[in-house]
Amino acid sequence: MRADPADYKLVSPGNLQAVLSLMAAEPAQWLPIAGGTDVMVLYSAGKLTSRKLINIWSIPELREIEVFPESIRIGAACTYTALRGHEIISREFPLLAAAASWTGGIANQNRGTLGGNIANASPAADSLPALLVYDAELTLISERGERRVPYRTFHTGYKQTALATDELIRSISLPRRFSGYISYARKVGARNAQAISKVCFAGLGQVSNGTIREAHLALGSVAPVPLRLNETERMLTGKKIEISLIDAARESAVSEIRPIDDIRSTAQYRAAAAGNLVAEFLEKLAAEGVKA
Amino acid sequence: MNPSPELSAKCKVFFTVNGEAVKVLTYPMERLLDVLRNELGLTGAKEGCGEGECGSCAVLLDGMLVNSCLIPVAQASRASIVTIEGISAHALIKSLQQAFLECGGAQCGICTPGMILAAVHLLEKKPKPAMAEIREGLSGNLCRCTGYMQIFEAVERAAQSSVAK
Repeated sequence: MRADPADYKLVSPGNLQAVLSLMAAEPAQWLPIAGGTDVMVLYSAGKLTSRKLINIWSIPELREIEVFPESIRIGAACTYTALRGHEIISREFPLLAAAASWTGGIANQNRGTLGGNIANASPAADSLPALLVYDAELTLISERGERRVPYRTFHTGYKQTALATDELIRSISLPRRFSGYISYARKVGARNAQAISKVCFAGLGQVSNGTIREAHLALGSVAPVPLRLNETERMLTGKKIEISLIDAARESAVSEIRPIDDIRSTAQYRAAAAGNLVAEFLEKLAAEGVKA
Repeated sequence: MNPSPELSAKCKVFFTVNGEAVKVLTYPMERLLDVLRNELGLTGAKEGCGEGECGSCAVLLDGMLVNSCLIPVAQASRASIVTIEGISAHALIKSLQQAFLECGGAQCGICTPGMILAAVHLLEKKPKPAMAEIREGLSGNLCRCTGYMQIFEAVERAAQSSVAK
């Protein structure tokens, strides 16, 4: 049944300090809302359990993208449109720019935010594998102060995160050390725009003389959380790219994931597609590694 | 969880719609779509899916294409909103209307306001879009009648005729 707006409160404190004060005063009571592309869907369906919402859409600090020599810091309420339009993100973090371009459609990209995608913690979210392979670090903030958390430890279970009840995601930092890497991203879904992924992949690597120096692989929609393929990465590092290695990587990736059957796909299909995406990435590494 | 009485306070929200200053007394979580349609009588924006998938409730909010079903009205405070009713003065609208007519870009009409606003939003940023850019620009707008090709062709034709002028 549709929600009755009379049952919900929405406040707009207007600055970060006031937002954090309210969240500290009444922990676990306030649900932050930025662009609303997830929260409002639940609300309209009458499934939003939080009755008190706090508006963080127009807080300037959360909308900044700051560029430092060693890193880039993306405010949690930056939209996909802002990410796509940012020169350094497009040039140095193409996996993130690509994922932003196939999240929703243009209207949802104008409102949906990177921090919202992280906090919503869907294992199928398109931008999260890119953050995993770029070794993102999150800055979480509360009235108690700031703390930095490696993004790969942030999701603790299905829709569970390391966020405390009085905390907000402040920003997402990416180290600027990947511009020379070969990268590959692909979304497998009914269509790129709007459709939620059956499987999505981001890969990043470096090859010299046919040998893999470093490989980062991550998959979405194949486990309770967006997944970095640690075992497969270890297995690939220092190896020559050969057919037998690609086959072994495919097998290793399939053993690391925990796909399920749901309305969008089956576990069997997801496992096959995940293995194929890993193989495609390694083929690209092999081809471009030769050119390099 | 029982809502406490304090949760149901209405508030005044000010914004402009199609150039006119508007004040509404409403619940802050009322959807912008419902305020436009029910309070202001602007029924051009339609509710299709109510979850941001179909684009038929699209409006321009401070120049950005958005789905008004996903916007709590309090977030539209002090914004400038343009709906399909207010787009008639736009420089691109004559060529878009003509091209939609000629190409058969409109049938039942439910998606058309959103399609036109998405096309305006695209052409303002990219006056001469490639076909792939047209497809992407309109990818958040679903149409169950045309099969899309006529709409894409209409936007392409409108871009050509606008650039030619």
